[in-house]
Amino acid sequence: MAAADLIPVNIVTGFLGSGKTTLLRRLLASPELANTAVLVNELGEVGLDHLLLRHVDETTVVLPSGCVCCALREDLSAAVRDLYGKRERGTIPKFDRLAIETTGLADPAPIIFTLMADPVLRHHFRVGHVVTTVDAVNGATHLTQHPESVKQVAVADRVVLTKTDLTGREHAEALRAACRRVNPAAPIFEAAVDPIGPEQLFIGDPADPSGARQDAWRWLGVAPGTPPPETAAGQVSPHDRDVYAFSVTVDRALDWTAFGIWLTMLLNAHGDDILRVKGILHVVGVPTPVVVHGVQHLVHPPVHLDGWPTQDRGTRLVFIVRKLPRQVIERSLTAFNRLATVGERVA
Amino acid sequence: MCGLCGVLGSEAHWTDAAGPDRPSGVPPGGSTRRQERLHRVRLANKVLKHYGLTLADWDGACFVLRSRTGRSAIVQHLAALWPVAERMSRRRCDPLDAALIAAVERE
Repeated sequence: MAAADLIPVNIVTGFLGSGKTTLLRRLLASPELANTAVLVNELGEVGLDHLLLRHVDETTVVLPSGCVCCALREDLSAAVRDLYGKRERGTIPKFDRLAIETTGLADPAPIIFTLMADPVLRHHFRVGHVVTTVDAVNGATHLTQHPESVKQVAVADRVVLTKTDLTGREHAEALRAACRRVNPAAPIFEAAVDPIGPEQLFIGDPADPSGARQDAWRWLGVAPGTPPPETAAGQVSPHDRDVYAFSVTVDRALDWTAFGIWLTMLLNAHGDDILRVKGILHVVGVPTPVVVHGVQHLVHPPVHLDGWPTQDRGTRLVFIVRKLPRQVIERSLTAFNRLATVGERVA
Repeated sequence: MCGLCGVLGSEAHWTDAAGPDRPSGVPPGGSTRRQERLHRVRLANKVLKHYGLTLADWDGACFVLRSRTGRSAIVQHLAALWPVAERMSRRRCDPLDAALIAAVERE
């Protein structure tokens, strides 16, 4: 089944009290999301009265040899399988999208892993946009004091700043800048002033051909050497300071096999510290760009785009990392890629 | 990538999906699946020799990793290779290791 035929799953995450349920309720009022099923981890003060609302108890199984991001959420797997079974038997409406609201302290990575690795779910569902809410009143404190909050922003495809109407403009802009440092590629919206409907937040994920192109070009805009954030004393926490984004480029077309050897090795060794990786690749023998997208140890199935937007066909990979050096990553990738041209294929 | 890969068997891995050998299209340049697997083994061995290990294709179905002391293990795909290589060599397989990068650059 082609990726575009799978049911998209959108993950709505954000720290405690950051407005996840309020945002979800607002989104679900849109006619485009009328056939959306919803799973929530915790039932908060703001009620959701959606037709297909289900509650999930958090039970995570960490495999003996696995890391935290490769933990299987058995509860989630069972809940999604149950929903899908009822959908197929016709006991519930035939939903065409699933939204999952996480707990405030949740790490989104195991949810993504469960959807990608579960032997049943992976054939019926695909991971869509991850939307992260950040509360303008407390968000800066959360980013400073809680690594969970930094990670939620880092893995986001869309960031929504909430409660900016309760703070000054300057405060909202500072928070936007803090989110931008952690994740320079995700569009940032303000719930109080920006139009935030399904079109902005849910629709057009990487498995949607048009969405992939749009999203990929946005990532291309990340500066090659975006440095770690300035460490103004007392203003930036260790969590925030240690997480930064940069892009690396490769001087020739990538050999797909060499790239696979390199990235699997890199993620095995440093996956815990690679919060996101996204690349637009010029692969030897493939005339159109290939997009790869990973969250920690997890790599989504690559997507082929229709064509290059300009004459520039350079490979670019964007990393959001915790304390990993850009120059070493770039040198390592270049060295591995050249392996393929030594008595092998030539780019 | 993680232990679950082994539990779930040998379903297609992302590294099998987008190159000249991509399942969705005709391999450009005449590359066949067998050629691609041999290419993969050749490249992987250029890295693995740094750890005293060798990789071989096993009938197009999986790979066999061997040490100089005769230990061997079956791996399904590239992501499953590295944890096994680390256990077998008792070394950390880190592509950011300066010594490894220098060795790869000398290849």
